[in-house]
Amino acid sequence: MAGVPNNHHKRIKLKCMKLITAIIRETKLDQVREALIENEITRITVIRVSGHGQQLNEDIYRGKKVVPNLIPKVKLEIAVNDSFVDITVNTIIANARTNSTGEVGDGKIWITPIEECIRIRTGEKGGTAI
Amino acid sequence: MKVSKSKSVLLTAMLLFALTGSILGSEGTEVDTGITSWMLTSTALVLLMVPGLAMFYGGLVRTKNVMGTMMHSFTAMGVMAVLWIVIGYAMSFGGNIMGGWFGWNKDYFLLKGIDEKIMDAKVPEYVFSMFQGKFAIITPALIAGAFAERVKFRGYVLFIALWGIIVYNPLCHWVWASDGFLYQMGAIDFAGGTVVHISAGISGLVAAIYLGARRGHPSTAMPPSNLTMTMMGAGLLWVGWFGFNAGSSVSSGLLTTQALTATQTAAAAGAITWMTIEGMHQGKSTALGFASGILAGLVAVTPAAGVVQPWGALILGAVAASFCYLAILMKDKLGYDDSLDAFGIHGIGGIVGALLLTFLMRGRHTAGEIFSQLGVQSLAVGIAIVYAAGVTFILLLVVNKLTGLRSSVKEEMQGMDASYHGEQGYGMVNVS
Repeated sequence: MAGVPNNHHKRIKLKCMKLITAIIRETKLDQVREALIENEITRITVIRVSGHGQQLNEDIYRGKKVVPNLIPKVKLEIAVNDSFVDITVNTIIANARTNSTGEVGDGKIWITPIEECIRIRTGEKGGTAI
Repeated sequence: MKVSKSKSVLLTAMLLFALTGSILGSEGTEVDTGITSWMLTSTALVLLMVPGLAMFYGGLVRTKNVMGTMMHSFTAMGVMAVLWIVIGYAMSFGGNIMGGWFGWNKDYFLLKGIDEKIMDAKVPEYVFSMFQGKFAIITPALIAGAFAERVKFRGYVLFIALWGIIVYNPLCHWVWASDGFLYQMGAIDFAGGTVVHISAGISGLVAAIYLGARRGHPSTAMPPSNLTMTMMGAGLLWVGWFGFNAGSSVSSGLLTTQALTATQTAAAAGAITWMTIEGMHQGKSTALGFASGILAGLVAVTPAAGVVQPWGALILGAVAASFCYLAILMKDKLGYDDSLDAFGIHGIGGIVGALLLTFLMRGRHTAGEIFSQLGVQSLAVGIAIVYAAGVTFILLLVVNKLTGLRSSVKEEMQGMDASYHGEQGYGMVNVS
């Protein structure tokens, strides 16, 4: 519309970075990693973890309910700029599912905001350091 | 052209028994408890080399493949041991049939006819058969090193069963049975340089090339996951080799100790040669390199243990380690994925040993005798290479058709442990 100044909708530029944390099956690690690299998500941290979620194997053993044992899983931590969140999440989901319908135990993803990101080698900060 | 004297006497006696069809039992020949107890010990030592090999190889692969790799060695202990009793011993040490392609002796089928037989070497034939059977076990387990991390379990089991019957038994027969044609030619293979190491090495090479490289090789680094286990395995192999070489004297006397001394010397020479070359070439001497040097020396002295003196063993160890080191550098340049250096160490080491021993044999020999022996050795090595490579290639095609041999992409990415065994090798990674 004519007459409206250009900076009317000026926004404060936030550092829009997210940390994507995914818990996946151990046997899916290579497949997920290869797919991420193919989609140019190459910066990733991988940790071995143990845990359980909905996969409770509750047993009645001699009349007592038994707490399930911890199950080995793999945790991925990927820091990305906002624009890469969707491609990363979709890639993980497509490759971490056991089959097209998925099985209990395929894992979970959660996304948290990153306040700051710094490259140790150069000291640069923000989106370019990711 | 010296061959183990007691072995030739022993094998001639066996042939006579086979021809007359009579079972003399303990009549006439008494058991020498000294020789028998050493042969029993040797049998156990050689068997211990197989779990040692499992540890050596298992530590070199990635965590997701450790059980699959160790199972390659352990499965050989099961499959080859059963085959050996049923037909392996008969095919290897029976009299010539089918033009000498392999042997047969109905008394050796299921070892039925040797329940009370004492050989001329004064040991019960059972212990000789069991001792030889351990060699039949370890040979296919060596091949597994070439196609580590990318072969289906069922295909592997079928492959080693067929390979044992069609490649190992004939080769063993040609080289060690008294009517075997390479034995008759005078080929020297004291404890299995050709029968075990060259055959396994070349078969592994053919298989590695046929199956193709591991996914991601060579750009993806795939470092060993457990070198501590590898070193323990190397130690077990070194000690077990005393049974392998010294036990091949089928006696407990001078020849035995000559073989043991040569074995020890070659192993040590190989190890420090590799350590030195690597230290100078790469700047650091790796533990894996040291272990590789040990093996290179041991492999090279295997055909020669009973015929060289310690100075000869030093040379064998040093030269083998040098050639094997170069072979592994070449492997990287040529680009094939012989994952655990089955050909680089066993193939090359075996060839070096078989040929070089002609210049190092104890006793005085004319140049003519030496070169004549070199000709015999070269022919034996050449025949073994061509036969093993050719038949292996055919077997790979057959097994691939029957069960499939190369892991699928999904199986290879998941890892052999999960795909074929439903197990996890390193449970410690689980927090509790």
